[in-house]
Amino acid sequence: MSEKDFTPDKMLSFWRGMTRIRLFEQAATYQSSIGKIYGALHSCEGQESCAVGVCSALQKGDYAASTHRGHGHTLAMGARMDRMMAELFGRVDGYCRGKGGSLHIADLGVGMLGANGIVGAGYAIAAGAALNAKVTQNGRVAVVFFGDGAITRGTFHEVMNMASLWKLPLLLVCENNEYAQYMHWSDTMVFDNIAGLAGNYHMPGVQLDGNDIKAVHSSVSLAAARARCGEGPTLIELKTQRFNGHSSGDPQVYRTKTTVEELRRSRDPISRLETELVSAGLLANRDALMAEIEAEVAQAVLFAESSPYPADDELSRDVYAESR
Amino acid sequence: MREITFRDAIREALLEEMERQPAMIIIGEDILPGGGTFGIHQGFGERFAGRMFDAPISEAAIIGTALGAALTGGPAVAEIMYSDFLTVCMDEIVNQAAKIRYMTGGQARVPLVIRTPCGMTKGIAAQHSQSLEAWFAHVPGLRVVMPSTPADAKGLLKFALRGEDPVIFLEHKLLYGTKGPVSEDADLLLPFGCAAVVKAGTDITLVATGLMVSRALEASLHLEQAGISVEIIDPRTVSPIDWETIFTSVDKTGRALIVNEATLICSVASEIAATIGEKRFNSLDGPVRRIGSAFVPKPSTPGLEKLAYPSSDEIVRTAMQMMPRKRAT
Repeated sequence: MSEKDFTPDKMLSFWRGMTRIRLFEQAATYQSSIGKIYGALHSCEGQESCAVGVCSALQKGDYAASTHRGHGHTLAMGARMDRMMAELFGRVDGYCRGKGGSLHIADLGVGMLGANGIVGAGYAIAAGAALNAKVTQNGRVAVVFFGDGAITRGTFHEVMNMASLWKLPLLLVCENNEYAQYMHWSDTMVFDNIAGLAGNYHMPGVQLDGNDIKAVHSSVSLAAARARCGEGPTLIELKTQRFNGHSSGDPQVYRTKTTVEELRRSRDPISRLETELVSAGLLANRDALMAEIEAEVAQAVLFAESSPYPADDELSRDVYAESR
Repeated sequence: MREITFRDAIREALLEEMERQPAMIIIGEDILPGGGTFGIHQGFGERFAGRMFDAPISEAAIIGTALGAALTGGPAVAEIMYSDFLTVCMDEIVNQAAKIRYMTGGQARVPLVIRTPCGMTKGIAAQHSQSLEAWFAHVPGLRVVMPSTPADAKGLLKFALRGEDPVIFLEHKLLYGTKGPVSEDADLLLPFGCAAVVKAGTDITLVATGLMVSRALEASLHLEQAGISVEIIDPRTVSPIDWETIFTSVDKTGRALIVNEATLICSVASEIAATIGEKRFNSLDGPVRRIGSAFVPKPSTPGLEKLAYPSSDEIVRTAMQMMPRKRAT
């Protein structure tokens, strides 16, 4: 992709996508802090350019398998904000009728195969979607998102090998935010170059600044095109950062407040994009655009609050096909 | 009716459904050379090119990939070479496949069948011989199937392959070579949760699963000679269990002996015994008894191996103990 592919519309859609995720996460974090959201949350604030950069390079029908930090991926795949918020609120109009919550949020209708409570479980599920695409020759690709902490799971090795062996149309996207829950990568891993592992599996490996959304989008577009041509998987490592703790309950004893403040100041992918948009004169109506997204978020919270909790008989529904 | 082996019944079910369902795939280790470790896929490689995936030794990836394929297409069959190896892909089975329909509020359908040889065979020792059905029957979202005859194997497997729930399909290794009548009807489906009354009788109910059905039948010959009329029930699926058929039998006989090959602690036999006690206490003329493997890892050496597994002799002895003592007149 060249610079001219990044039309004003596309650049603004990046900004809009990232800002929607940012404001959604902030609202969810707030609603959680005042007790309106029952379960734990894993905010992806700071990582928005990864979700939007990757998913904007996909086509309708493509699949994504996500992680415990899945709200951004779900929004970026095209899910509705109100039904997502309702899911976080445990309400019946949530995507999973309130039964999945943040950790299992999914919208299969847009190819979002689910957030996941098990680190390293998404690889094979996405590989399976890619396998189905290969068998049925439907031209689709599958993306698996995972963190740096998931690299040490055995499933990484199993799927890297299998996907390359069978030339599956799979994109393995590592969002490297440097922390596996509370542990810095250097305390849990002996390799400092995740993308560099790809070579041993005979697939391309790309390491990028995840905050550079144009680079992410270009790289994923290329890998997806390659996958669609039957040339197999690509490992893409995105250097990113999370602005919040691992989850809503993380006191972040492993890093200082100053470190986090510094990250927010110097490594904010949205500010970075805004600087570029402003200098290109594309963000003159920022306030109006912001107000639109704020209204969407506020409406999503209202929708969630006004949706009922699932009825008692929902407890035993959807365990099996016949228990609908 | 023609007679075919248990192995051929499974092969036929897979073959017919592969023909019928163009998106169906099969993944497993060594499934093509020679038709696989147990010869199930004889000839499938040429016939279904592009839909048979001979996988590396990566059980977690095999099940996870089959699950992903099932979620987006399917049906997907994953063959795990020995059921003992299911323990290395428990996340994919228990946390993912079993729960995804529920976790997504019913969005997901999971036409995934995990076929795997289970149970004893000669000298195969502790890591290739287990009966782990209770592990899976314990998990909501899974179906657990244990056929004991060729006809049941075919009908149950075809039913599994036309369904939308993840199924653990346990094929006993010692049954592969056994023969029985199997209909040639290509739409012969045997729904889950329908027990078979293998043999009708009036004095005692033997509930037996998998290979133990044949042990129960052997035992019944001796028991009948001693004047004890035996009814044998094969649940065929242990999740779900057909309670009605079991209860009806116990109501009639008043005695229940449950036989499974697994170790007894927290076993399917225990579950059946507990449920009969809970729901049919008033029908019982004595305590429900259970027979299972010794609570030890399976030894390889023949003498100890024989001691470790339930035998038809043990069934006979236990059943005799359960009958009322004849009064001296």
